[in-house]
Amino acid sequence: MREFWIIFKQAFVTKAKTKSFVITSAVMIAAIFLFANVSKIIDVVQNVTGGDSEETLQVIDTSGVLVDKLNEQFNVNEKAITVELSDKTEQELMKKVEEEKIDSFLTLALDDSNTIQANYTTMSATDFSLPSKIQDALQTIQTEMKAEELSLSGEQVQTLFLPIQFEQNNISPSAKSENELNQARVLVYVLMFVIYFAVILYSSMIATEVATEKSSRVMEILISSVSPVKHMFAKVLGIGSLGLAQIALYGIAGFIAMKTAATEIPGGFSDFFSFSDINKVTLLYAIVFFLLGYFLYATLAALLGSLVSRTEDVQQMIMPMTMLIVVAFILAASGLGNPELGYLQITSFIPFFAPLVMFLRVGMLDLPVWEPLLSIAIMLVTIFLLGWFGARVYRGGVLMYGPSRSLKDIKKAIQLGKE
Amino acid sequence: MTLVLEHVTKRFGDFTAVDDLTLSVGEGTMYGFLGANGAGKTTTFRMILGLLNANEGKITWNNKRITYATSPEIGYLPEERGLYPKMKVEDQLVFLGELRGMKKADAKSELKKWLERMEISHYATKKVEELSKGNQQKIQVIASLIHNPRLLILDEPFSGLDPVNVEMLKNAILDFRNQGATIVFSSHRMDHVEELCEQLSIIHKGKQIVSGTLRDVKRSFGKQNIRIHSDNDLSQLDSISGVTSVQKAIEGAVYQVESEHIAEALLAEALKSGPIRHFAIEEPSLQDIFIEKVGKEHA
Repeated sequence: MREFWIIFKQAFVTKAKTKSFVITSAVMIAAIFLFANVSKIIDVVQNVTGGDSEETLQVIDTSGVLVDKLNEQFNVNEKAITVELSDKTEQELMKKVEEEKIDSFLTLALDDSNTIQANYTTMSATDFSLPSKIQDALQTIQTEMKAEELSLSGEQVQTLFLPIQFEQNNISPSAKSENELNQARVLVYVLMFVIYFAVILYSSMIATEVATEKSSRVMEILISSVSPVKHMFAKVLGIGSLGLAQIALYGIAGFIAMKTAATEIPGGFSDFFSFSDINKVTLLYAIVFFLLGYFLYATLAALLGSLVSRTEDVQQMIMPMTMLIVVAFILAASGLGNPELGYLQITSFIPFFAPLVMFLRVGMLDLPVWEPLLSIAIMLVTIFLLGWFGARVYRGGVLMYGPSRSLKDIKKAIQLGKE
Repeated sequence: MTLVLEHVTKRFGDFTAVDDLTLSVGEGTMYGFLGANGAGKTTTFRMILGLLNANEGKITWNNKRITYATSPEIGYLPEERGLYPKMKVEDQLVFLGELRGMKKADAKSELKKWLERMEISHYATKKVEELSKGNQQKIQVIASLIHNPRLLILDEPFSGLDPVNVEMLKNAILDFRNQGATIVFSSHRMDHVEELCEQLSIIHKGKQIVSGTLRDVKRSFGKQNIRIHSDNDLSQLDSISGVTSVQKAIEGAVYQVESEHIAEALLAEALKSGPIRHFAIEEPSLQDIFIEKVGKEHA
């Protein structure tokens, strides 16, 4: 066991001390803080550049009454917008817009049935907020005008717009309430991404590490002191712990960032950190499925890494494995909208897809407990088998040199491992 | 503490990498392993280290099979550089020392001593890849010695070193032997083996074609070298019966002869064409033996 911990420590500490690891972690943490404070930053930037400063809208009004009403509306709701009646013709204003002397202008008219006809002219394709504000204001004006025409009181108008009471009840035993589901969807989506990236990142790290040790021939010394099997598992565990530590670091950074951020992030992100009971269970499953997914793929990666003798060949060798994770992710992502699809149920019991697909299902649906447990058991058995098989390949693989870059070499490696 | 290989054979499929190898290396002795590339040296070392199992025969160290439990007693220097390129010299040596059963503190103090002895103390905090090839090799040697092994396996320890450093390493290894370590060492530099090893084997295509003590090997070879320096033309000597090969040099020639009494005939013939400046009967060098046994193309 002593050698095991030495290798474990070495895999963990040496990697954690590398510049690339430190820089990646620092950049990620900075990004998390930046993201948490993004709306505050945008506010500050807008204050500096004056993006939200007063706007003056040139208006041509053929009805003669609308411009004052619009002004009144904006005085109540949008103080930053000033409406100015223009004495120029439409053509003149059009020219001004083309010459970019003014941003936009509005023409207002009333038709025969006293309905407002508005025409907003602009050069900018990304001008969304002002026209929608104008539209809202005009809509209110029109409603008031029509109400007056029909001699309806304020309350009568309000009753017209009263929303109906609509509630959706899903009585399927596996479904969560709509509210829960929306909350879960964000959390599951985020965690799915974390699992996906972490599994790809750390398992290819393993393969690269093993290939580096082989190409630098330090492997010969290592496996003359420690059995290859011990070495393999120490390596897998070492990098795995490193991965967990890094994710935990990001998690803590994210938590602090959210708590200290002055602004609330819209959407589910504040719910994300409210740690309701559902979230706790989902987080727990996320950790479990990350670990299982990691060990599943890391064992495979170590096996594949032991077959190549140059680090340049690693990516090519682990390509089929990477494809498996990508397929798992696509499957899981396709189920975000509808986690009850039939093929998801099947694939959530297939070892290489289970870490993502079963996590999706368990996060989004109220599954009977045996389903995730069965899936976990299947994965554990697969990890065990893969570990056993991997160890056999690894034993020979690490001694094999030469241009080996195909899966056919697995047979050769097992043969050599036996000898 | 003796290393014994008895009738060891290793096959990879149809290919026989090592064929019926027998040798015994006693405590405080150094055993030379000579062979061209691909002769089976590394395979033999891997079997001694327990990385490969022999198909036939057995390998024992101190009458026991070598397992991972014995690994603290064994030091191994692989033929090619076996170090982490991006790890610091110090960390690396401590790590490898710990792997061979050392305590961290001991590893640290030992590595300090060794770095001083090899005159590379100032590289302790450098990454291995920043060092020159020769200095990397010194680190590699320290890595194989740091835990004070009783059995030392050195695969081409002197490759890539300048003569000064070769001398430094030779002394370190000789000290080790004098302290009673058992050393197996491979090389294709005949002069190193001739200088350091009491016993040796020449391996060719997995077969042990010559083995024994240096003296026995030379004696049983039979042939000797006659060196003659002369300013006159000596070409008539080439055709004397008993001369197996001639090597012309600037000052004269070296004649390989089947037995010593042909020397007289050579001398008499040489004097016929005028005075000679040098005449000597020399022992065959390992180089001669190797070339004769293995073939010129592998020398």
